[in-house]
Amino acid sequence: MGHRDKYETVIGLEVHVQLSTKTKAFCGCSTSFGDPPNTHVCPVCLGMPGVLPVFNREFLVCAVKVSLALGCDIQEKMKFDRKNYYYPDLPKNYQISQFDMPLAFSGKIRIMPPGGDVKDIGITRVHLEEDAGKLMHAPEDSCSYVDLNRTGTPLLEIVSEPDMRSPEEAYEYLVTLKRIVKYLDVSDCNMEEGSLRCDANISIREKGDPGFGSKVEIKNMNSFKAVREALSHEQDRQMDLVDEGEKIPMETRLWDEKKCITASMRSKEESHDYRYFPEPDLVPFEVEKELVEKIRAGLPELPRAKKFRFEKEYGLEDGKIENIIAEKDVADFYEETVKKVKNPQICFNWIKGEVMMHMNERGKAINELHLDPGDLAEIIIMSGKGVISNLVAKDVLRECIDTGESPDSIVKKKGLEQVSDEGALDGVIREVIDNNRKSVDDFKNGKENALSFLVGQVMRLTGGKANPKLAGELLRKNLQGRE
Amino acid sequence: MNKESINEEVVRHIAALSRLSLSDTDVKKYQSQLKNILDYIEQLDEVNTEDIPPTTHVLSSMKNVFREDVAKDSLSQEEVLDNAPSRRNGFFRVPKVI
Amino acid sequence: MEKAYTNINDFRDWINGQDRPLSELSKIMIDRVKSINDDINSFISVDEDLISGCAAALEKQDPRGALWGVPVAVKDNICIKGRLTTCASHILDGFRPPYNATVIEKLDKAAALLFGRANMDEFAFGSSCETSCYGPTRNPKDLSCIPGGSSGGSAAAVAGGQVLAAIGSDTGGSIRQPASMCGIVSIKPTYGRVSRYGLIAFASSLDQIGPLARNVEDCAALLEIIAGYDEKDSTSVDKEVPKYTESLGKDVKGLTIGIPAEYFGEGMDKEVRSKVEDAVNLMKKLGAVIKNISLPHTRYAVSCYYIIAPAEASSNLARYDGVHYGLRSEACDDMVEMYTATRNEGFGAEVKRRILLGTYSLSSGYYDAYYLKALKVRTRISDDFKKAFEECDCILTPTSPSTAFELGEKMDDPLKMYLSDIYTIPANLAGIPAISLPCGEDRKGLPVGLQLMAGPFAEDVLIRVAHAFESNSVK
Repeated sequence: MGHRDKYETVIGLEVHVQLSTKTKAFCGCSTSFGDPPNTHVCPVCLGMPGVLPVFNREFLVCAVKVSLALGCDIQEKMKFDRKNYYYPDLPKNYQISQFDMPLAFSGKIRIMPPGGDVKDIGITRVHLEEDAGKLMHAPEDSCSYVDLNRTGTPLLEIVSEPDMRSPEEAYEYLVTLKRIVKYLDVSDCNMEEGSLRCDANISIREKGDPGFGSKVEIKNMNSFKAVREALSHEQDRQMDLVDEGEKIPMETRLWDEKKCITASMRSKEESHDYRYFPEPDLVPFEVEKELVEKIRAGLPELPRAKKFRFEKEYGLEDGKIENIIAEKDVADFYEETVKKVKNPQICFNWIKGEVMMHMNERGKAINELHLDPGDLAEIIIMSGKGVISNLVAKDVLRECIDTGESPDSIVKKKGLEQVSDEGALDGVIREVIDNNRKSVDDFKNGKENALSFLVGQVMRLTGGKANPKLAGELLRKNLQGRE
Repeated sequence: MNKESINEEVVRHIAALSRLSLSDTDVKKYQSQLKNILDYIEQLDEVNTEDIPPTTHVLSSMKNVFREDVAKDSLSQEEVLDNAPSRRNGFFRVPKVI
Repeated sequence: MEKAYTNINDFRDWINGQDRPLSELSKIMIDRVKSINDDINSFISVDEDLISGCAAALEKQDPRGALWGVPVAVKDNICIKGRLTTCASHILDGFRPPYNATVIEKLDKAAALLFGRANMDEFAFGSSCETSCYGPTRNPKDLSCIPGGSSGGSAAAVAGGQVLAAIGSDTGGSIRQPASMCGIVSIKPTYGRVSRYGLIAFASSLDQIGPLARNVEDCAALLEIIAGYDEKDSTSVDKEVPKYTESLGKDVKGLTIGIPAEYFGEGMDKEVRSKVEDAVNLMKKLGAVIKNISLPHTRYAVSCYYIIAPAEASSNLARYDGVHYGLRSEACDDMVEMYTATRNEGFGAEVKRRILLGTYSLSSGYYDAYYLKALKVRTRISDDFKKAFEECDCILTPTSPSTAFELGEKMDDPLKMYLSDIYTIPANLAGIPAISLPCGEDRKGLPVGLQLMAGPFAEDVLIRVAHAFESNSVK
């Protein structure tokens, strides 16, 4: 399609992050989820007549952390406003939110889109609001069901500037944003679970046109992948329409995961009149400078800074570091391991390879694996010294994770020490040569990888305990000796 | 101040925003009463409010009231649903949302 | 028995001198309430079993709370746990809150015997107690007249001798004006002095709960009990509650009392004017310095209020939708239908009118011209008072431009009804305390009310001046 050359896509994202404070934004109900419906509800979050909200201090602290990490300017004064609309999951039929005096403005996130240059995506604002409940539809009895456990949970709304120019950039933005917020340990940021939600605004314009085209809002995307796909589809849809001389109506469209299309929901022109006005039940807030500086000082090293440091300190390549720093816990684990092993590259290989394989296999985070950096370091050092073979080392790691026992005791108990004694291996070498005539002939005829096969046989017969290097040398000696 | 008088169409729109549906007679009645009241309220235009800050909270000393992030007892599910006009299996039950 | 119902001290003497247990005595009190109620309809309902049960529970209390056994009426918009609390509206049919308002907790601790469901204008929108869905309350002084509103039931219950005291709510005069029309005393505290937790909200930046009683001393005693910081109310102020009763029995020599010209202009009944002027003269005689002052933005108060209050109310009343509590309309196919049918059925005309007015002034395109403008005028009105209190200790005005009018007289003209709040509204806009007390009667025997206003948290000044006036005025 010649589209891409003629048009430019303009994307902005609104991301809602659910914060993992112990209690709700404006009452003392627990925010834990997965419990039976309507069991974490009090008169305040139920919106009963006569109740009043009281602001959770920890909500502010988490919000300042996120705003600082996103490079925003924290406002000296902020207040809450009521956003008025009717919906059964919103008990008061208004949401306590922030309109014209939010917590923070003007931040930015640096992203690295695939195949492109580093780019900054502006953050317009960050504001605080309360979550609604959950509405479930039961078409069989044409009713809907409301669970208010989630009502009143603290939410941060992070609004980006319309700086993204492709669905890929939007995807990168989300990955980067999630990584930063997870580093702060203030949210699970899990789209599938709903602790991170994303709505997109997308329009197109002719390249070089300084103005903006009609904005379309896209909702109902339930994963980062869905965001990329939905925007990709929508971008094409809009470009096709404009090519045909059609106008693009300003509206809200829902992403249909099954059909892979966006479908119109309502005209944006008839959008809600939210009748924002200052929340009279909550006082205004002055965000004290000392508090902001205290929080700033306590921020963990953020992903980008960590990445630069890892490049410098550990000499790891750019592309490789991504894997290690994606999660702060993994990065911390890596550093602890390197402190003991002193070889950054080998530690990287082990974590990227074996450890992450176990994480994926078991669906566990690195800190849930019954493995601490000391254990991993021990295994790597034993393998490096030749106490156990590399193959055995992998088995020891698995056993360590399975049982929580120390590597040392596992090796001793199972007698897994590498066999590096020539004499002990002689018998096995002879057996392998005798039973693998074809490979022996191949090797003699110049095929080097036949040797690897023979080494493999030695490893098999010794239950992985033979020193593979030594086995290789002995085999070579034997075979070259026997002409 | 908006000099356009409140007319019936506006009354219907406002009623819809407030989830009230008014009969034609009611629309006429409210329209005339509201117009009367709003005409009176026009007098606020006489007050010079340039550079005057709005009062959103009457005692200006009020600011920074917090609660700590400590869990308190919630109502039991039974207490939550006790006043509900319709319920099932621990949920509030409502007609379908289109 | 009649003497017992004169004031709280006399009641205490009577009840302490009784051998019979409180549960038995409560039945006498209940019967008294019910028989008088036939004439004045000050209570929507009286739950005998519940009240005598509460009395039985208090019997063993030792030491006895400050208000042990004293019958106190509670306006139907203040939540009492487990009891019907409906704001005199059908939309809250059957609603029993699972919690107590903070003031109720305090009254419970003081061991008062609470009679809930004092009648009121629906959702407190009104100045005559005629918009209750349970029928109007009648003024005990003249059954063809209104008792004032919106706390009409609370005021009538005290004035009619059913209870010793009451609590009501005041957003634009709803405690003071009925007190004035029924010939009793009431106080609207400084905004933030009394917790609003459990008060079913009308206009959040204006509402306050206050006491009504037969005399200043009883009001002061009740205020002492209900005032105070509440961590459940972010707008409640963390300031120590003075012993208001210590302000009784003091003279007013040397105190400056401001008389604002704007409150003595046109629109005031001749007889109201004459009684209030008599009151001014008495103050002079008692040694107060009378000063003429000006509160130049007074004439804009009603307009200002009737933008702000309905706007906040339209949002506060959005929750009444048939989903979680109260009335729900039957046989609705979808949510929007359910919302509108429920709210149509459940709300009366005045409530609908104020919701429409409030929604309008907040709606897109009108916010700046109406709501924002009104908030700025509010600043002007507040500033008028700040300036005035630099030169006087309190301000004296009539409570209402007229005495109690006849039932039905103003129901057809909402604006006329709104304008009768002209003297009480400014104190709510400025958040300052005000007291209303009787200062005579008109030719028809209807009470005239005197209002005193003071600066923030100066309730003690009000009580001092009011008590001095009360002690020295001809009965």
